[in-house]
Amino acid sequence: MKSLIDWIDARIPMTATYNRHVGQYATPKNFNFWYFFGSLALLVLVNQLLTGIWLTMNYVPTAEGAFASIEYIMRDVEYGWLLRYMHSTGASAFFVVIYLHMFRGVIYGSYQKPRELLWLFGMLIFLVLMAEAFMGYLLPWGQMSYWGAQVIISLFGAIPVIGDDLTLWIRGDYVVSGATLNRFFALHVIALPLVLVVLVFLHLIALHEVGSNNPDGVEIKQNKDENGWPVDGIPFHPYYTVKDIVGVAGFLIVFCYVLFFMPEGGGYFLEKPNFEAANPMKTPEHIAPVWYFTPFYAILRAIPDKLGGVIMMGLAIIVLFVLPWLDRCNVKSVRYRSLTHKLNIAQFAVSFIVLGYLGAVPATPELTIAARIFTVTYFGFFLFLWIYSKNEKTKPVPERVTN
Amino acid sequence: MKKLLIALVTLIPTLVFAAGGSNVVLEQANIDFNDKESLQRGFLLFQQNCSGCHSTQYQRYDRVATDLGIPIDELKANYILTDAKVGELMENAIPDADAARWFGAAPPDLTLVSRVRGEDWVYSYLKGFYADPSRPFGVNNRVFPLVGMPHVLQEMQGYVEPIYEEQDVNGQIVPHLVGFKEAIGGSMTPEEYDQAMRDLTGFLAYSADPVKLERESLGYWVLGFLFIFFIVAYLLKKEYWRDVH
Repeated sequence: MKSLIDWIDARIPMTATYNRHVGQYATPKNFNFWYFFGSLALLVLVNQLLTGIWLTMNYVPTAEGAFASIEYIMRDVEYGWLLRYMHSTGASAFFVVIYLHMFRGVIYGSYQKPRELLWLFGMLIFLVLMAEAFMGYLLPWGQMSYWGAQVIISLFGAIPVIGDDLTLWIRGDYVVSGATLNRFFALHVIALPLVLVVLVFLHLIALHEVGSNNPDGVEIKQNKDENGWPVDGIPFHPYYTVKDIVGVAGFLIVFCYVLFFMPEGGGYFLEKPNFEAANPMKTPEHIAPVWYFTPFYAILRAIPDKLGGVIMMGLAIIVLFVLPWLDRCNVKSVRYRSLTHKLNIAQFAVSFIVLGYLGAVPATPELTIAARIFTVTYFGFFLFLWIYSKNEKTKPVPERVTN
Repeated sequence: MKKLLIALVTLIPTLVFAAGGSNVVLEQANIDFNDKESLQRGFLLFQQNCSGCHSTQYQRYDRVATDLGIPIDELKANYILTDAKVGELMENAIPDADAARWFGAAPPDLTLVSRVRGEDWVYSYLKGFYADPSRPFGVNNRVFPLVGMPHVLQEMQGYVEPIYEEQDVNGQIVPHLVGFKEAIGGSMTPEEYDQAMRDLTGFLAYSADPVKLERESLGYWVLGFLFIFFIVAYLLKKEYWRDVH
């Protein structure tokens, strides 16, 4: 065994890579609940890739065959229903996990120097994930798949001059059709997953280069013992592998409860109209995107002008990219920052959730006003942060991590 | 954090109902998926009265028979009314084009209707027909106004007469539907008809989600395993972390 490992190590750096990223990767010892979601995101990604491959074996990517092939998978393929529900529940679980993972980054300042690139790769993952989920949602070819895609693609038509040609180019037809389904299928099963996996790789490389942040926002690398090992660090394996397994078990209990007992997720994970095959002649009375897009959809609808709405919706995502440069404070964790910052984060979380609710229900005049108010507070988070973080009154940050 | 949790919890009731969106009061179907006899009666009722026009084309005959505990001989003798083989999909007897010409629109496939509209909707729809001479087939429906379908089960239920009250809308006196009289002249009593419609709704609910029973019984095993796995994983973690201070 030893000689085999030596033989391999002389040719590729297997042991060195393992030690660098797992065996001797120094991880802060004070991770809390919020730090489970990184490894869980990886778990859900693997789930999506594997179940996706098996679903592809029986799925028919044509306008005539898609809907029936999903029902074929649900009824005639051995455990096809399990694969399909794992994939559909996994899509929602992915966004739950990613949103919590991002929120962790916000409260503990994980985007701050020196982790800006890590944050940017993460944001790119989020962006690609949204495209992946959007294209995947068209594939069952149900009513909501069809009309949701019709609405979202038509948004590109708001862009001046090139808008109409651009939507035509995306759809490959004048309406959403089999041509659109074919290209979305190709992008969903090959192009975007490849990009996603590469970005996840870069995200992890960037993380292991700068080291993990922690709930205290203390750089453990600044406090090393005589061997050069951070005194507040513990090796990732076995400490965090065994801890993450507990997180995985807890996550799977919730995940499997949804999967086996409420796979429609109350009509939010699988929308009811999507159990009816796509019908281009019949518009559903209420077209709602899947829950993970609703905060941004609410912002889109809050703006009276179509182009303005599209721009604001885009900005709502772009502004997250520049967060490391909007926050001018050099204290990372919310634990040692001002009350203003705590309140600002709280109102940001509330704004995001309320926008998510508003984006899921039909718009009324009162709710549209509410959506406008919360659009302002959503963007207000970033503006306020930029203003007060320059001269923020922070508490002293400890030298070492606390327990 | 606490504030956030409270906000989340108070939002749950609104979220649950947000996906609905109709103001018609529905009757409770109270389906029991374990009542195989009820589902069998529903299947038979569907085959005899509905399957002429409505397909359940994503479902296969033998799968239904197996799930509902019907022997294959009995399936062939009583349930398959066309020349279809037992392993085939449950297509309808009349071509869509003809049906569209007769009824104005092709009768929809009903495999998934209970997942699209809900069990209570299906049950209320089946019980919702009432006499309305202004409609082509002489009937209207309480939960699906101006529906293009005749009341196929009228012989069983009998006639339901609506009760109108005259109402003053902007100075014009118009009749306003306020309720219904009890059905008369049917071959079934109202209780028998309710039970028959519950059977039929149960069959359609089964048809929309045939794997439900298997899924849930597997789910208990999976969750049971995961709870034990969680405890073992937690103890393992605790053991490893004893030397971290």
